[in-house]
Amino acid sequence: MKVPVSWLSELVDLPAGITVEQLDDAFVRLGFEVEDVVRPPVTTGPLVVARVLEIEELTGFKKPIRYCQVEVGEDAPRGIVCGARNFAVGDLVVAALPGAVLPGDFAIAARKTYDRVSDGMICSVRELGIGEDHAGILVLGREGFEPGTPAADVLGLDDVVFDLEVTPDRGYAMSMRGIARDLAGVLGVSWRDPADLPLPDWSGAPAWDVTVADPDRCDRFTMLALEGLDPAAPSPWALRRRLAQCGVRSISLAVDVTNYVMLELGQPMHAFDRDTVRGSITVRRATAGERLTTLDGVDRALTADDLLITDGSGPIGMAGVMGGASTEIGDATTAVLLEAAHWEQTGISRGVRRHRLPSEAGKRFERGTDAEVTVVALARAAALLVEHGGAAVAGAPVDVDTRAPRPAIALDAALPGRIAGVGYTREHVVEVLAAVGAEVAGEGAALRVTPPSWRGDLREPADLVEEVVRFRGFDEIPSILPTAPPGRGLTERQRRRRSIGRALADDGYVEAPAFPFLGTAQLDALGLPDDDERRRVTTVRNPLSEEAPALRTTLLPGLLASLARNLARGQRDVALFEHGAVFPGGERTAAPLPGVDRRPDDATLAALLGAVPAQPWHVAVALTGQREPRGWWGPGRPAEWADAVQAARVVAEAAGAELAVRAGDRAPWHPGRCAELLVGDRVIGHAGELHPKVCETLGLPPRTSVMELDADALPAPTVPQALSISTFPPVLIDLALVVADEVPAADVADALRAGAGELLESLRLFDVYTGVPVPEGSRSLAYALTLRAPDRTLTGEEAAVVREAAVAMATLRTGARLRA
Amino acid sequence: MSGANDPYDPKQVAALSQEALSSALAEGVAAFANAADLEQLAAVRPDHLGDRAPLLLARRELGALPPAARSDAGKRLNSVLGDLKASYATRLAELEAERDARVLAEERVDVTLPWDRTPRGARHPLTTLTDRIADIFVGMGYEVAEGPEVEAEWLNFDALNIGPDHPSRSMMDTFFVAPEDSGLVLRTHTSPVQARTMLDRQPPIYVVAPGRVYRTDELDATHLPVFHQVEGLAVDEGLTMAHLRGTLDHLARQLLGPDARTRWRPHFFPFTEPSAEFDVWFPEHRDGPQWVEWGGCGMVNPRVLRACGIDPDVYSGFAFGMGIERALQFRSAVSDMHDIAEADIRFTTAFGVEQ
Repeated sequence: MKVPVSWLSELVDLPAGITVEQLDDAFVRLGFEVEDVVRPPVTTGPLVVARVLEIEELTGFKKPIRYCQVEVGEDAPRGIVCGARNFAVGDLVVAALPGAVLPGDFAIAARKTYDRVSDGMICSVRELGIGEDHAGILVLGREGFEPGTPAADVLGLDDVVFDLEVTPDRGYAMSMRGIARDLAGVLGVSWRDPADLPLPDWSGAPAWDVTVADPDRCDRFTMLALEGLDPAAPSPWALRRRLAQCGVRSISLAVDVTNYVMLELGQPMHAFDRDTVRGSITVRRATAGERLTTLDGVDRALTADDLLITDGSGPIGMAGVMGGASTEIGDATTAVLLEAAHWEQTGISRGVRRHRLPSEAGKRFERGTDAEVTVVALARAAALLVEHGGAAVAGAPVDVDTRAPRPAIALDAALPGRIAGVGYTREHVVEVLAAVGAEVAGEGAALRVTPPSWRGDLREPADLVEEVVRFRGFDEIPSILPTAPPGRGLTERQRRRRSIGRALADDGYVEAPAFPFLGTAQLDALGLPDDDERRRVTTVRNPLSEEAPALRTTLLPGLLASLARNLARGQRDVALFEHGAVFPGGERTAAPLPGVDRRPDDATLAALLGAVPAQPWHVAVALTGQREPRGWWGPGRPAEWADAVQAARVVAEAAGAELAVRAGDRAPWHPGRCAELLVGDRVIGHAGELHPKVCETLGLPPRTSVMELDADALPAPTVPQALSISTFPPVLIDLALVVADEVPAADVADALRAGAGELLESLRLFDVYTGVPVPEGSRSLAYALTLRAPDRTLTGEEAAVVREAAVAMATLRTGARLRA
Repeated sequence: MSGANDPYDPKQVAALSQEALSSALAEGVAAFANAADLEQLAAVRPDHLGDRAPLLLARRELGALPPAARSDAGKRLNSVLGDLKASYATRLAELEAERDARVLAEERVDVTLPWDRTPRGARHPLTTLTDRIADIFVGMGYEVAEGPEVEAEWLNFDALNIGPDHPSRSMMDTFFVAPEDSGLVLRTHTSPVQARTMLDRQPPIYVVAPGRVYRTDELDATHLPVFHQVEGLAVDEGLTMAHLRGTLDHLARQLLGPDARTRWRPHFFPFTEPSAEFDVWFPEHRDGPQWVEWGGCGMVNPRVLRACGIDPDVYSGFAFGMGIERALQFRSAVSDMHDIAEADIRFTTAFGVEQ
């Protein structure tokens, strides 16, 4: 909402000397965010109102040129050359005289042009910096100003315009009337309500025959007829200037007047060409198959929810949203029917969205207008059309009024103070509510507050509390820290997430959160088979990109894109991780939409919560380049499949869970370098090297390795139980076993552990060797075993027995034999 | 030389003469002093302190002396021998010290060499800042509540007093989940977590809900379609706006320094009434101390309490929410939202100290 200070000062007795900054502050205190303060561009030097006395048409140039004699309040007229043609002798215009500097450092001097000396310049709106119009020069009209009057005041060049953001609850503030009331209230000064007009004593029959068939959607519908309008009558400059300041384009007197009254009173109006309206008017819902060509020329199919203005010919307007083309006022319109109505807000909202027709009128109707002001607005508009357009009111207004009385709200006068934590008195409360326009009755603390007609948003005590706090000011509210009851801290799940993130960061991985959107192309790039469950995606209906309408079912596409981006920016050694929700697809039931007047019943609530799909928390890593860099200590170590598997172990350890690993085969991994990650028998993820084709498709370096697991599937950690620490000396044994290549090392280790029994303290694989003398198709696995007894020093014989038992078990289970 | 029982005058035994003893001592001391290193010292030791050294040979002559003379000669011999041994020990210590110093000097390394063998990782600053904010509230006794990102439309809007035709519902730039009747959206704020919490239990409720949210904004320097909020909710008997201010001021001080505080401007949110937007005074701002817009807050709308099964005549509550990206932006002087969203490891690792 754009608010010119000059207009505001006509309505509010602003304190003398109030500054723009103070006004700015007052608006912010009222909750109107100041989006912009528009100050007119600076013009210096002589800029005056001038009257055109003579026009000499100059010919023989590329375009027609005029040489004008203009009166500028001096002894003699000045001669000025002008290229525009939209003015006539007798018109008042604005002339910049030599010495003036217009916006953009445009200095005006007397100069010779088109064989004449031009002693100044007649200005267009754009040259004055107060608008974009450059089709012709600015014509102020024929009277109202004396030639020679400094033009700055006339043009509003000293006028500041506030651009205020009005929140969607405050429909009343979409008008000068509403802004002025609030400002006067917070400044504690008097003001004049522009709606406080004496209504003329209209007589005669109502202007039209009107029926409102849907009083739920329209509880007041008013109309007034005017005749004898001069369709060529221009809008006066002051009116056009205000519209321009408020960001509204001037169109014709009739349209300008309705817009002006909308800005002033907040009541949008529609003007019909009365001569095109056929028969009586009915306000009703559309029926199936009806269509309406709206003012913008679009032929629209209507739905049963659309509220229409209809006449004998059918729909002639979509109520509160847009008028119809068939009854539009035009160049020849001399008789108009003005409509001002009060529409139910949400219906307008639906219509605006359904037909994608946002407008200044719609914005006001969906926020709520003042049903009381409709006839006032008609009277105000009629008066302007009579004054400036030579029109006359014909007959009495139509007023179909089915409004129910507004119930009073019971308010405990102590409630505002109790909610704010400030000691407001009853007087404070009553004073503010009166400033808002409410009627306050009731004895003592039990107030009965009837909100004003323009405040549809005031429905409950809490709404009244807000008005009290807003007008009293938020700065009065003290700062007191409440004491919460003892909390239980973070949940195990929350601690686990933090712990996983920290462990991966400690292990050299950089967290790389990505947007969770993807498309088929990303899933194809991973080489997922057609029946892969990760292809069953949840999609959004209005994606930012048609290429990525789905929500991720795996973290890998986003993570690999982040990896590629880092590589593209010149990194070579990159290890990334991400953890976050994934969104499995699948068939689901629709979530219900219960009412909000009370808690939904348990069954509805269960259906509601049950319709929201599970969104498991995944962890993934991706790495490429050197896992350990080369340095003065020696060469580096390339990142490989084993790092990805180890990352899974790091995650499991951080989560306090045990993870088993076995060979697997799943896209997008290399079929020979893919580890299945298991908790018990359940596969919770995979790790290893990417399939070479995937690397190629995604432009990633060969051997790029990734891991992804479902962190929610990791079992809850148990409380760790302490070991009993033996102080007897250990016996250290090294074993080298030759096993067939296909035997997993993990199986050999398991067998050794089982065979060694309780005296085995620890076991570690420290070497894997292939080559002579190990036979082809086999490898040698070297293990270091630490044996220790809890209660004695082990003898050599005991250790030998354990060693033999361990080897025997490995032989039995895996075919291993001791390396010679 | 002499027979054991010969009554010799010790002065007659040349080896035990004072001159001979002094001379042997002087020779030994000089030899030790001349030894340049431990090897040379070890080499000359037998000549002066070995079994065949003059003083040790002289000791053998003592037995031939008469008792009185033996005692006298013995004292002189022992004194000289003691001096010589001391001389040796001193030189030995000197040479050992020299050797030790030399070896340690030789083992000197360049301690400025880098040892960055283990690559650095980092958590994302959004994560660490979220944790930090959550911890501030956990310290006040709050619990951390969570909710799904694909959320029921009813919880994202209706339960929060944003009816189907409410203007702010269309202003929220919502991603809707297919199909049209799914009743699901990508949550536009973390507020549905409030609703879930209140539907789940009765007051007292003190929760903070950080999380990822979605709006249909194109990514640019100041907008993200996917971003993070942290939202707080307290519902209890007798809570006031003063408690809300106290809580936000405490958060501001904990996060932004002891001089930080909040300033409120009236605003509109369907789920709170009264509602305000709040700015925070940030003394450490890169461009100098200033007020920074941060978030929204207010007293929970009684309609929301009712929809969630809480009696607004008994309980009141406050709620607040702010953007984590926004906080990261002003607290750490991030000038372009792309940097927060693009996972460049240079951006993230620079936040190492926030771990």
